Amino acid sequence: MHKVIEGLFYQKTDEWLKVEDDTGIIGITDYAQDKLGDIVFLEEAKVGKIVNKGDAVISIESVKAAADIHSPVSGEIIEVNLEVVQNPQIINEDPFGKGWLFKIKIKNKDELKDLMDAKSYSEYRK
Amino acid sequence: MKLLNELSKRGKNKFDIEDDINSEIEMLDDKYLRDDVNIPDVSEIELIRHFISLSKDNYGVDNGFYPLGSCTMKYNPKINEDIAKREELKYFHPLTSIEYSQGLLKIMWEIEEFLKSLTGMDAFTLQPAAGAHGEYTGLRIMWEYFNEKGEKRNKVILPDSSHGTNPASSSMLGLDVIEIESKEGMVDPEKLIEVVDENTFALMLTNPNTLGFFEKDILKISKILKSKGALLYYDGANLNGFVGIARPGDMGFDAVHLNLHKTFSTPHGGGGPGSGPVGVKEFLKDYLPYPVIENSDDFYYFSKPAKSIGKVRSFFGNFSVILKAYLYIKELGFEGLKEVSQIAVLNANYIKEKLKKYYPSQFDRLVKHECILSGKIYKEYGVKTLDIAKRIMDYGFHPPTIYFPHIVDEALMIEPTETENKETLDNFIEAMIKISDEIKNNPEIVKNAPITTKIQRPDELRANKELKVKW
Amino acid sequence: MKFIPHTQKEIEEMMRDIGISSLDDLFKDIPDEVKIKEKLNLPTPLSELGIKNEIENIFSSDIPPKRIFLGGGAYYHFIPSTVNYILNRGEFYTSYTPYQPELSQGILQALFEFQSVLSDLTGADVTNASMYDGATSLVEAIFMAERIKNKKRLLVANSLNPEYQEVIKTYLKPRNIEIEYIDFREDGRVDLDKLKDKSKNDFSSLVIQSPNYFGIIEDIEDINKIVKEKDALLILSILEVLSLGMLKPPFELGVDILTGEAQSFGLPLSFGGPYLGIIQTRKEFIREIPGRIVGETVDRNGKRCFVMTLRTREQDIRREKAKSNICTNNSLNAIASLVYLTTVGPEGLKKIANLNYKKAHYFKQRLTNEGFNLTFSGPFFNEIAVNLPFSYDILKEKLSIVGIEGGFPLRYYGMDNSYLFAVTEMNSREDIELLICALKEG
Repeated sequence: MHKVIEGLFYQKTDEWLKVEDDTGIIGITDYAQDKLGDIVFLEEAKVGKIVNKGDAVISIESVKAAADIHSPVSGEIIEVNLEVVQNPQIINEDPFGKGWLFKIKIKNKDELKDLMDAKSYSEYRK
Repeated sequence: MKLLNELSKRGKNKFDIEDDINSEIEMLDDKYLRDDVNIPDVSEIELIRHFISLSKDNYGVDNGFYPLGSCTMKYNPKINEDIAKREELKYFHPLTSIEYSQGLLKIMWEIEEFLKSLTGMDAFTLQPAAGAHGEYTGLRIMWEYFNEKGEKRNKVILPDSSHGTNPASSSMLGLDVIEIESKEGMVDPEKLIEVVDENTFALMLTNPNTLGFFEKDILKISKILKSKGALLYYDGANLNGFVGIARPGDMGFDAVHLNLHKTFSTPHGGGGPGSGPVGVKEFLKDYLPYPVIENSDDFYYFSKPAKSIGKVRSFFGNFSVILKAYLYIKELGFEGLKEVSQIAVLNANYIKEKLKKYYPSQFDRLVKHECILSGKIYKEYGVKTLDIAKRIMDYGFHPPTIYFPHIVDEALMIEPTETENKETLDNFIEAMIKISDEIKNNPEIVKNAPITTKIQRPDELRANKELKVKW
Repeated sequence: MKFIPHTQKEIEEMMRDIGISSLDDLFKDIPDEVKIKEKLNLPTPLSELGIKNEIENIFSSDIPPKRIFLGGGAYYHFIPSTVNYILNRGEFYTSYTPYQPELSQGILQALFEFQSVLSDLTGADVTNASMYDGATSLVEAIFMAERIKNKKRLLVANSLNPEYQEVIKTYLKPRNIEIEYIDFREDGRVDLDKLKDKSKNDFSSLVIQSPNYFGIIEDIEDINKIVKEKDALLILSILEVLSLGMLKPPFELGVDILTGEAQSFGLPLSFGGPYLGIIQTRKEFIREIPGRIVGETVDRNGKRCFVMTLRTREQDIRREKAKSNICTNNSLNAIASLVYLTTVGPEGLKKIANLNYKKAHYFKQRLTNEGFNLTFSGPFFNEIAVNLPFSYDILKEKLSIVGIEGGFPLRYYGMDNSYLFAVTEMNSREDIELLICALKEG
């Protein structure tokens, strides 16, 4: 069983979003890190970049697979977790905690409606 | 095994060459000159032993059964190698005046005729260096055709079982890729109708496809595309499945590439060189890359087609590879080539019938040159298809292609080719059955395979992290 | 001649096991409309002896001159016997791409050594495991630079091999990348003033060739300064890789991506291919390089071994987002070039390179003594353009009488009376004298 955390938002491409006021923290789920396997590379997102909901923002790579990280919401990237860019295996070790990828200033909170909660995501990836 | 730089010691190499110029020559300004050349310095005997040892650590068709799916690892006739390495060719410069290269041009002209006949296409270029290069060239020709007509189409449709080169080639042209879901392992005309529109550039199709199935609705598929003015591209990687039996040109394909290093027996050389000629229908002929070979009254020469896309490489093609394929076709003739696909298909179906109960996939139907099995029922023993592949090595065979196509879980893609005899197939089948017993009775043996190879289960994670790509 | 080992009895047994009564049943899912109904027009099958005799006939009709002074992207060089001896190993040439490292250490280690030797020679951090040829590797380098710098403008030195220029055009047309050409000066080198002028607007990369199409050695450092002022990349294309035995390692001069045609390293001319494309770069761009890369690692017992690495760049994993569509490359030719370089060794490579230089300059001396003019005045390696007071047809006639092929016209540049000659270690002093004589005649 893969871990799913209550209180976060999820989308079908296996990213999670944690909302703190206007700021969204984005990472990949336990399911995603397991599917990818040992992560060896994470592209560095550009701070200040404006992204739309669903945009492929950065790519993440393991030995035998690669995936794009799609932003669950629109907004501006305000911070990047440089520690995981340096040591991407942190994502495998702690996908919901130290393994977060970047923070975004959320433009429109209405977009949250389209995302899943922990229960529906667990159901989706059952 | 030591690396060449570990064998190196300055002064070991005694290579020499005569200098017959006695005059004083002005020297190049120092600022352009390098201080030293820092490459391995070893003696000739060490070098020979080094490479012979390396060759012993490698497995080819000459060593044994190599059923790598979609790769057509058939026997590479030695006579063709001999002829392609002849002294006359060694120093045949591509810019030699054509008066002196009439024989070579004739070979190129003739093989184009053979390929036209075998595929039902109207014109060929021999320039592409490989299958993927052929794909690019074929799509580029189509792009020029639409561009000329003033049509801006940008959607390439691919079945979900397609080779990775198909979407990659499309991207190189800036085209968008749409994947459609297969039905029973084949293109579903109903689904296709839904996505084909005025913006559709082409459908790229491998036939037989990567599951080894003949696309039974090919004529319907072709009609659907044509009704919207879109084109049909043939990825010829699997032509060994019906060469001499049927022709892509008669199925509605507008452009095709062939892999001479698959169907036409030229060796793969550890990854290359290959050759990927492209054939087109009459309406695309004027767009072929230049030069094309013409023949008038048995005089052969180069020319440039009216609307040529330009050049796609240097010179005219991988000539010595083309030559080997030419020889192969001349050795076999029509009946011989037909027998190639008959026996290749017989072999693939024989393996499938004997092994389907041990490695069932979701499909069981008549296959062409290759068959798909699956290791998914062994997941419950904690055994992955990768483990099965590694265990096959312990039985002395090269493993099949694994984990492809993606639509089959834990896929094993087996292409025996026509040059393998029944005994070899039976030995392979027996080994596969033994492995299935091992999984059930003692899965650790399989999980720990291989045990007979010199190196075992390299650490790929470390290779990706450290990225040590030179000594 | 057939290469099918089955006996009739075996075929029948196998058909029985499959449950079919004839081989035609294997194709019953193919619609009748598309089945071949009549015998195709293909030649009558030949035996091994038969094909040998026929080829003998074809080859004996082509007897080109033995004294070759042609270059222009393919060079007439000595190939030591070791090269073919190793290439004839079936374990190498009948193997596929090394997807299973346990059965492919031979190819993998050889490719790792190839990458290492080529990197040592040029000062690169990364060399991939080979490309098709010099022209297609150059196109891949241009795409790489575009991915890195993301500017829709490319600068190309007009002294780049015209054939390569044509290939660039073909590939760039659908991508909406603007190409601008930088002229050459009277000495045959890139005109730096014109480069400065054209580099005022943003561009992703500048492509130069050195020694260039006219054989002239460019001042790479000066060019690089201008390119770097604009935060663009410098791509160097080398078609005569033997020059590396003499000239400075290009990566020490600021080159960012090096591509080339390595045919000169032990590959037969073979009427144009297959040759050996190389592509190299600095460490920082390793994830943008196309094609296969072999890396060192250890196996589960801690033993050193080699695997294909950074696989996620490739088409079979990344599909439409791959860095290139390349799959089949030129591994066997990469091994040939490794055997070549190891056979001649460091001193040998220097010696051969110097000999090329010396012979070409001897040719120049003789030309000027006889009153002929060189087209360009810049420093050169083993290839030069000469102005001759006659047409190409007349030149060909003069040379064919003495059994010489050479003098490729610079028609592409509208310089109809200028001809390109390459002089290598294979051309004896006598050949050179013969050539001079023929040019002097009438």
